[in-house]
Amino acid sequence: MDGFPILSLMMAVPMAGAIACLFVGARQARWIALLATLADFVLGILLWINFDQSGSAPQWQFQEYLPIFGRFAWALGIDGIALMLIALTVFLMPICIGASWQAIEKRVGEYMAAFLFMEVLMIGVFAAQDLFLFYIMFEAGLIPMYLIIGIWGGADRIYASYKFFLYTLLGSVLMLIAMMWMVHEAGTTQIPVLMAYNFDPHIQIWLWLAFFASFAVKMPMWPVHTWLPDAHVQAPTAGSVILAGVLLKMGGYGFIRFSLPMFPEASAELAPLIWGLSMVAVVYTSLVALVQSDMKKLIAYSSVAHMAIVTLGLFAFNRAGLEGAMMVMLGHGLVSGALFLCVGVIYDRLHTREIARYGGLAINMPKYAVLFLLFAMAAVGLPGTSNFVGEFLSLMGVYQVSTWAALVGTTGIILGAAYMLYLYRRICYGEQKNADAAAMPDLSMREMWLLAPIAAVVLWMGVYPESFLAPMRPAIHALEARLASAAPAGDSKIEMGAAIPAGDGAAHETAAHGEAH
Amino acid sequence: MIETASLLAVLPELILTAGGLALLMASAFGRDGIARVVNWLAVLTLIAAGLALWCSLEHGPDAFDGLVRADAFSVFAKALIYSAAAAAILLAPRFFAVGHAIRPEYPVLILFATVGMGMMVSAGDMLTLYVGLEMNSLASYVLASFMRQDERSSEAGLKYFVLGSLASGILLYGTALLYGFTGTTGFDGISLALADGVSKGELFGLVFVLAGLAFKISAVPFHMWTPDVYEGAPTPVTTFFASAPKVAAVALTVRVAIEALGPAGLDWQQIVIFVALASILFGSVAAIGQTNIKRLMAYSSINNVGFALIGLAAGTPAGVAATMSYMTIYVLMTIGSFACILQMRDAQGNPVESIASLAGLSQSRKGLAAAFAIFMFSMAGIPPLFGFWAKFLVFDAAVAANLAALAVIGIAASVIGAYYYLKIIKTIYFDEPAAAYEARGGAVENVILTACAVVIVLGYLLNPVLDQASAAAAASLF
Repeated sequence: MDGFPILSLMMAVPMAGAIACLFVGARQARWIALLATLADFVLGILLWINFDQSGSAPQWQFQEYLPIFGRFAWALGIDGIALMLIALTVFLMPICIGASWQAIEKRVGEYMAAFLFMEVLMIGVFAAQDLFLFYIMFEAGLIPMYLIIGIWGGADRIYASYKFFLYTLLGSVLMLIAMMWMVHEAGTTQIPVLMAYNFDPHIQIWLWLAFFASFAVKMPMWPVHTWLPDAHVQAPTAGSVILAGVLLKMGGYGFIRFSLPMFPEASAELAPLIWGLSMVAVVYTSLVALVQSDMKKLIAYSSVAHMAIVTLGLFAFNRAGLEGAMMVMLGHGLVSGALFLCVGVIYDRLHTREIARYGGLAINMPKYAVLFLLFAMAAVGLPGTSNFVGEFLSLMGVYQVSTWAALVGTTGIILGAAYMLYLYRRICYGEQKNADAAAMPDLSMREMWLLAPIAAVVLWMGVYPESFLAPMRPAIHALEARLASAAPAGDSKIEMGAAIPAGDGAAHETAAHGEAH
Repeated sequence: MIETASLLAVLPELILTAGGLALLMASAFGRDGIARVVNWLAVLTLIAAGLALWCSLEHGPDAFDGLVRADAFSVFAKALIYSAAAAAILLAPRFFAVGHAIRPEYPVLILFATVGMGMMVSAGDMLTLYVGLEMNSLASYVLASFMRQDERSSEAGLKYFVLGSLASGILLYGTALLYGFTGTTGFDGISLALADGVSKGELFGLVFVLAGLAFKISAVPFHMWTPDVYEGAPTPVTTFFASAPKVAAVALTVRVAIEALGPAGLDWQQIVIFVALASILFGSVAAIGQTNIKRLMAYSSINNVGFALIGLAAGTPAGVAATMSYMTIYVLMTIGSFACILQMRDAQGNPVESIASLAGLSQSRKGLAAAFAIFMFSMAGIPPLFGFWAKFLVFDAAVAANLAALAVIGIAASVIGAYYYLKIIKTIYFDEPAAAYEARGGAVENVILTACAVVIVLGYLLNPVLDQASAAAAASLF
């Protein structure tokens, strides 16, 4: 694969599809979009297979460099972290297209074009190795998402689309100024070079805050999360899936790619701020989720809570925390996407998101009930599902630096169980209050095809997370080494116990057994 | 004794003058149907003048003992002005045909205005500057009231004339003060005199000159005429006002600030920063409530001038290059937007101007809607469209010149501006369809529209060329 521009190809395929979709009828547009996203998925698998995961491999692979834009370059390249997020993107995209197959009836060509363009930009964000190329991709995502929410959204879509657009734009522009300053200071736009550049720690604080303004809104962190519930509730199902599944990950990716390696000292100094906001977010948004009567809103608030676990893990400054944060991002991308699809399934049948209108669906929709249960449990973080791995690692990581943050963060899991199980009980169990809800047919073949692959990956990630951790390990090692000098001292005072000799250990164990009996 | 080299350095102006006079005679004595022919001949004259720019660059940079400059900066600005003027001529016939007002004077007046603008951007002396400015202004006053039967058009012309004369007076007074205190009207001489400290009188002169120029570029607080004139003038004329004279005035301001007032940089920098931020903020806030698309474009142009001035505030070669790049991209977006606005015609072919009438355009005229959306997103400065790059360059220059605070405030204010551009896109894409427009646009309109849209979308590929040209233009001032 040496020298083959696979990343550019992965962006070119959906771009070509997007242009084609604008000029054809509804039926053809659907098929073009599906084929383009599936082709990209295949390319994504090839990318993963050819990615060198060994410790001796270069950190950046599949690099491309074309200085065609004057001030900045078409520079692409990925490490393990970017690889995983690209894989998540190309995996979710065909599912999004499938989810819109029947739900979208008007202006199908434009809809599919917007989604394919979105895919181009998402891959671009994760693959960009030039600071300004990254910014362009990052910001350009606003255009298709604004149109998706505004044209195909629910009743209050216009307010939601404005709020989404202006909120995220205001966050990002400050980051742009910081980027310009960095480029003048360091004299390069290359992200890998900037990641190793040591900025003056006093200036770092300002730069860090400017980047924080952007990523905190994108993530979203409390208290700038309020655009998310509105956007989610109004967006069409596939829009919510892509928003929760991938767009929110751009915030986390930003922290791990820019804030932490470029401003390690500032990150350490301001880590308590992140911990504080994350702790509030975990508890507050979980409680808010508990009282929602709108399904989509509930899942949106749960996303904010989960993203807070991500920020906790990221700002733990150790391997467990960083790996955990990445795993939560991947797991949450799958699970929240799947939950929005589950909402979409019943919304398509009854056209309401009111939880109270449903009930007892386990009776007439048993397949649906099983899959929904699986995803609900995964959202709770049940061992054996994807989210458990990430949440456990994140909280373990953050425990080493702040026991309080770990303590409060963990209550999020308990509260998460409360609101997810409560939601599930109200929708799937109990008596069938409404005749129309009771008459809904079970999952169709198409819907099975959308949910089953996600279910399989959720279990895979929960049972054998090594497949996903292995590619990221070298990148996370490098980041940990970069942060080592700045990392704050922990308050948990963990001390390694002396290793117990093998013989003694066995004897000890038998003794313990004896006591237990 | 006039040297040949000097004459060759102003060859573009000579061509335009000769062409303009010949076409004036032709239209005075020609038959009624001659208007369309004159239109095309005027465009040809502009193309010829554009080609002559090479010749003027070879015989520059100084002509007529420094009264006129024919340097890379003036060539850059003139290329832009000629293109915008040509577009304004090409877009006009269809509009005027509806009101039976299609007359050959329109292209002729634009040619004369263009001669004036050429003199403005190549002025090397306050008096050349003034003559160029007045030549452009007089033609512009007539153009604003070109539809004489239309009340709004006459009103626009009158308003423009009264306020424009006031501004000319202020400028002239500033020039007089500078002349009185420095003893010269040449840019080099003024710069030399300012180098040993700025006296009170010189400072007053500087302020008055900048105030007069701020009027011409319609920067806050001298913007009052803009919305009324833009709304009242016939749409092709508004297209012209928003593009070519804007470039000329901004380029002129840059030249005066750098070449003549360069040593007083710290004094005018404060003024420029204030004017820039005030224009950005006022332009974006005042645009929000507008219901007439031309009026909205007027506020948008005020807003854009604010951004362009940020490059000048930096006062560095990179800043000047950024301002010139900004104007290039701004002209593309403006011509494109107005090519869209000109297509806003009801089923009978009469022009409509209300923003509400755009509702649901995306369902009746897909291509036009997409082009409109591209220009609006671009004006709002959203990547990957080229309008983002314009803003990027000026802010980058400001950051490099240690004006990070200015850049932060300016860019945050650009988010307010984004709101009203989004409002147009919302009307076009999200609202239920209103009464449909005429089903097809004119061929010329569509070609210009498409060309602008393509450049706005793929503009980044032009970056190396634009960087080089604007850097060369800026370098010739320092």
